[in-house]
Amino acid sequence: MSIFGFKISPSSAINLDKIDRSRFDKLCSIEPDAFRCMACGSCSATCPAAEFSGMSVRKVLHCLQRGKEEEAFRMMSNCMLCGKCTMVCPRGINTRHLILSICRIYDKEEKK
Amino acid sequence: MREIYLSGYNNFVLPFMFGMIFVLSWCVIGALRIIIQLPGEDRKKFFLSLINPKIMARNVRDWFCDCLFHVKLWKRNKLLGYMHSSIAFGWFMIIVIGHIEVFLYTPQRVHQIWYPIFFRYFVAVTESTMKGSFFFFLMDFFLLVVLSGIILAIIKRVRSRLFGMRRTTRASITDLIGLYSLWSIFPLRLLAEGFTADISGGSFLTISLNNVLHSFLSDQMNMLPTWWAYSIALGIFMCILPFSRYMHIPAEILLIPMRNAGIKVTHARKGIAKLQVHSCPGCGVCIDACPMSAVKANIKDTTVYLNRQIKRYNESRIEEISDKCLLCGKCTAVCPVGVEGDKMRIAQRSIRKYNLAPSYANIDENLLIERCNKFASASNKNVSSGNNQKVIYFAGCMTALTPAISRSTTSILRKAGISYEIMDKDGGICCGRPMMMAGRLAQAEEMIAKNTAIIKASGADILLLSCPICYKIFKEKYDLEGIEIVHHTEYFDRLINEGRLSVNEGSQRYVYHDPCELGRGCGIYDQPRNVVKAMGELVEAGKSGKESICCGGSLGSLTLSFDRRKALTENALNNLTIASPDTIITACPLCRSTFNRYADRPVRDIAEMLDEATMKRKR
Amino acid sequence: MKEIVVIIGGGIAGLEAATQLLKLGHSPIIVEKSERLGGHVADWNRLFPDLTPAKDIVEELIASSKDANIFLKTEISFINRLKDSYNVMLSNGISISTRYILYTTGFKLFDAQKKEEYGYGIYNQVITNADLEQWFNTGKDKRISGKEISKIGFVHCVGSRDEKARNSQCSKVCCITAIKQAIEMKEKFPDAEIYCFYMDLRLFGKKFEDFYIKAQRDYGIHFIRGRVSEVSENIDGRVIVKAEDTLAGKPLKVTLDLLVLMSGMVCNPESTKAASMLSLPIDSDGFLQSCDNVFHITSSPRKGVYYAGACTGPKTVPETLAEARSAVLEIHSDITNQKK
Repeated sequence: MSIFGFKISPSSAINLDKIDRSRFDKLCSIEPDAFRCMACGSCSATCPAAEFSGMSVRKVLHCLQRGKEEEAFRMMSNCMLCGKCTMVCPRGINTRHLILSICRIYDKEEKK
Repeated sequence: MREIYLSGYNNFVLPFMFGMIFVLSWCVIGALRIIIQLPGEDRKKFFLSLINPKIMARNVRDWFCDCLFHVKLWKRNKLLGYMHSSIAFGWFMIIVIGHIEVFLYTPQRVHQIWYPIFFRYFVAVTESTMKGSFFFFLMDFFLLVVLSGIILAIIKRVRSRLFGMRRTTRASITDLIGLYSLWSIFPLRLLAEGFTADISGGSFLTISLNNVLHSFLSDQMNMLPTWWAYSIALGIFMCILPFSRYMHIPAEILLIPMRNAGIKVTHARKGIAKLQVHSCPGCGVCIDACPMSAVKANIKDTTVYLNRQIKRYNESRIEEISDKCLLCGKCTAVCPVGVEGDKMRIAQRSIRKYNLAPSYANIDENLLIERCNKFASASNKNVSSGNNQKVIYFAGCMTALTPAISRSTTSILRKAGISYEIMDKDGGICCGRPMMMAGRLAQAEEMIAKNTAIIKASGADILLLSCPICYKIFKEKYDLEGIEIVHHTEYFDRLINEGRLSVNEGSQRYVYHDPCELGRGCGIYDQPRNVVKAMGELVEAGKSGKESICCGGSLGSLTLSFDRRKALTENALNNLTIASPDTIITACPLCRSTFNRYADRPVRDIAEMLDEATMKRKR
Repeated sequence: MKEIVVIIGGGIAGLEAATQLLKLGHSPIIVEKSERLGGHVADWNRLFPDLTPAKDIVEELIASSKDANIFLKTEISFINRLKDSYNVMLSNGISISTRYILYTTGFKLFDAQKKEEYGYGIYNQVITNADLEQWFNTGKDKRISGKEISKIGFVHCVGSRDEKARNSQCSKVCCITAIKQAIEMKEKFPDAEIYCFYMDLRLFGKKFEDFYIKAQRDYGIHFIRGRVSEVSENIDGRVIVKAEDTLAGKPLKVTLDLLVLMSGMVCNPESTKAASMLSLPIDSDGFLQSCDNVFHITSSPRKGVYYAGACTGPKTVPETLAEARSAVLEIHSDITNQKK
């Protein structure tokens, strides 16, 4: 929407009251390990796709929880599923399966 | 030989005929469907292979060796091989000789398909038949062979360990019906022929049985019911066959020419995949072979159960089984009929629906090309004059986490005076194999295209890899036009043979672990062993080479969590340390990391060991 | 009648326990595997948060416990359980009959080579916290001396809070040790930039927070919230460290002259071995399991067997000393109750 040359951009603040958590809950029912992340950033630092799309499993998980799904999808768009994040995760989270589950549960087109 | 009945028919042939017609039509329709389901190119390939004399000769050899003689099972265990081949080959010979008999004595009956099966009922022995006593003997002999096989089969149900199998498949209800009807066919035939032997003639087995029976059962009326029972047993077996594991008998006959024609699994459920599922005899050899079987809870996730669930269209179990697998390929290596458990699982994964699909179109390969096209740069001054080969080294994602391997590899290259460039020093694109293992083939293809462009632009002659996961996909899916693809084990072996590296032999004992993707995946077994032998004493693991046990760290498994892999790794380590080596040597960064976590002795990559054992280049 | 107490391990916990037992009129016997007393603390240079020289503490403890029977280079061969006492057989052939055994078997430093991606033992620029303390003590380490050092990194949680390294527990003291060592390094190399890569800073003890503030304000040490995941080497012999700056949410890369890995405290296999002789329970983290973790930390489920110090989990020096005293008190009151 553009009024008098000003763009009204959607608020960048996180409003926990307005977040639809149903899909994240579904994800967590399949991937209970998602809650074990301690946000150490190992996965992001080692990721070969981080260079291209800013991929970070840690941030993807965080964004999905906070309703920033578009951002998460953008990061995931270059994931190569190479498994380095699984290798380095100190909490032993199966990040590869987590990513595949996100690809199955979430949908780009689907409107909230 | 004289015919007793003018019609050459009795009602008891009906169960047999019903079963026969049913199973024949089922198999013909099934075979046609499978051929139709093949992709057009494969179908053409298949038909062309049937007129190729070389492939046909191989087909005939495989039909005999695999279907009848079960050569692969003989190699595994003599008793197991004898059990299977006695039943298969014995039965086959009974059918063949039965037909010869009909052809010789009652040629007018050839068109009645039940006639050879119930031959003894319809004919009586005459003076002239004495010439045929040879056939009588053969028939009895092969019946005895089959019966011995059946007795062994019964013993195997109770004590499978005698047959070299720790665990066997749990039979389903149809399998049990098939099993019991199969077991009863031959004793019933013996009984029926025994009752009839004084009229129809017989040999050592049937005549003697006839004498015994007649000593207390003089009534000829026993004859007909036993022939009925024999026919009913045959009928039940053939009717249950398509729904039981015995479907493998007809399916394997078609699988062999398809395999020899070089047809690969392309669709998860159709064509050759379907044929493989039906060719699974449910023998359970893959259960003992599977590295996951170290944990009892995983036994139901082996290939034999995958095939069973695919037959039942049990989608949730199919997904569970195919996602858990480590894709080590051992079930494929040991399978006596050639079911490709690993490829089947990747195919199952490939039909899964995802809403989000990564794409790599935004990655600018020129940026990556720039990073690795600096041949003859300042860091590589000592290029020897004799060798102008330029090596591009793709360390791979996993090697980035085991810097010891890449560091040793480049150090060895320097010692040998090889001019090299590292392709993924500052990161790069994954080879695509992990993505392919997850069944996302289109994404893998995209990565392959990107990497191909980078490698071609580098101007290198040799692509060197230290990760077997990368190596396999580079070998199989990349078209690099003249750039040689080598794994570091191969390359080191070559450098030693060419005298470019001189190795100090030590007194240490080493065991070499065959990484799944390098050994079973690419058939590289000897080169790493040659390198190890040059460094010290090589001892072998309990199971090695084609049967080496996966480290448990494989990227192939999508669902196996970190803590559930521990038992698999420990099992593999126990196997490796049987000959109490000082050091475990492997040639895969993933195996190295996985073993290192639980091993009680050093685990090193072959590059690290070689770097320590080599001196400066010979001049 | 003097009561004999066998103390397994001659680290600070064992020495302090012996000191206190002597004061109470008992007869402690220290069995130490290595050839000297003081354990890990003897290898350290200065202790947080007051920068007390470790040498002073160890020497004081050795002096005060000198009247105890001390067996160096001696291991426990086996322990027999008798009716209400134990028969401890030592590797030097001496057999001791006692009613009280105190485990002060301590911990082991995590073997940093197990974290392959950090390149310890491969890269010359990568050392551990123990190596650094040794350098403080001796001044001898080729990896540090005689080099121009302008950038130093400290990696927290090496082998702690890491299931891949098979240690999921927090090692407790590394955060404060890293800050201490960072300050000491800054004093030695005033021009160097120092980075601490942490996951969470756990500064729970007295004066710890002050120490942290001092490091930030007075020494300008940079704290980066992110775990290092890869270390590689560049052409001029420096190491490149990759981590995520999780607060910025961006991948981070820095080239360093020296990388110090804060190896954590992990269970001591010798301790497990000694515990198995009396089939004492081992906790899920590999350390010895106390009766409970609140009231009876120094008690084992077996009568007459007590624990003190880091054999039951990572501890600071003051905690270890306090536990040694507390275990001695338990033993003493048990002895006096028996005599009544």
